[in-house]
Amino acid sequence: MELTLNVMKRWLVTADEKMQNHKEYLSELDQAIGDGDHGHNMARGFQAAVENVKENTEEDIGSLIKAAAMTLISKVGGASGPLYGTAFLKASDEWKGKDSLSQDEFTKGLEAAVEGIKTRGKAESGGKTMLDVWTPVLEYIQHHDIAASDLSAKAKESMQQTENMKAEKGRASYYGEESISHTDPGAYSSYLLFEALAEALDKEEA
Amino acid sequence: MNKTAVVIVSHSEKIAEGLNDLVSQTKQPDVHVFSAGGTEDGEIGTSADNIQHALQQADNEAGTLVFYDIGSALMNAELALDMLPDLKGKVEIVNAPIVEGAYVAVVEAGMGKSLEDITASVRRQQFVE
Repeated sequence: MELTLNVMKRWLVTADEKMQNHKEYLSELDQAIGDGDHGHNMARGFQAAVENVKENTEEDIGSLIKAAAMTLISKVGGASGPLYGTAFLKASDEWKGKDSLSQDEFTKGLEAAVEGIKTRGKAESGGKTMLDVWTPVLEYIQHHDIAASDLSAKAKESMQQTENMKAEKGRASYYGEESISHTDPGAYSSYLLFEALAEALDKEEA
Repeated sequence: MNKTAVVIVSHSEKIAEGLNDLVSQTKQPDVHVFSAGGTEDGEIGTSADNIQHALQQADNEAGTLVFYDIGSALMNAELALDMLPDLKGKVEIVNAPIVEGAYVAVVEAGMGKSLEDITASVRRQQFVE
């Protein structure tokens, strides 16, 4: 599995499409256990990130992802801005100067991203957050040759499991037991992000 | 000599500016207080860019104390500081009730206390019984 600069660009473009299409639903999920702006924040951030990608001709994956990280930090707002921004920023450090990534190189970036989210959010898996999608997806990628359909299924299944968790972090944690039986909005947007990656890889193979 | 500066990070521009007004009442000469409230569009939220700007404005030899409110405020404050490696060691982000913490800090900064002393003093306060 080789992840080219084109696949990475398509990843961002597809992620943006998904955030736009699920904007209302993400905000609805957030309304239940947060402040109700997650969909709008993610849609605004990814739209700006993709505009930036189209305007700039980044020549390596590190600069492409770093530019996206800086835009997400500036434009997303809410807690997702620093979290997604840090994830992309940490990954971009690992991908500096590369115009194509082997699966091992891609995995290193994802490991750095997950560490970044944990440090920034002072969170661990199991607390009903985006980490409950990022961590199982990372484990899948560490131990299997990436297959687009499996990647997407792993992200989806992990997102669905957040429904029965009790929120330990963020504003949802103020809801305590009440947070159970709601899907975490950050887990849902993370699922969309990895589904977008699966689709970007699928197109490349086709 | 420079006195320790204070940066207030809040989701609300009005809270950040209102708190700035409140602490200014103590009339501490040469204690500079900077507000980083709301998003870039003036909406509810915090902005790493706004916080970076405030940290740069506040930068001085005696250092800067940062007080913050809920949710993303701390994350964005830490992120802003990560992006300003030159300020490492000159900025202390303090976990305290934002109003009481900033108030104590401004009074003590006025007395010319150091960044370390003020941080310790704020942490010693029992704000909640």
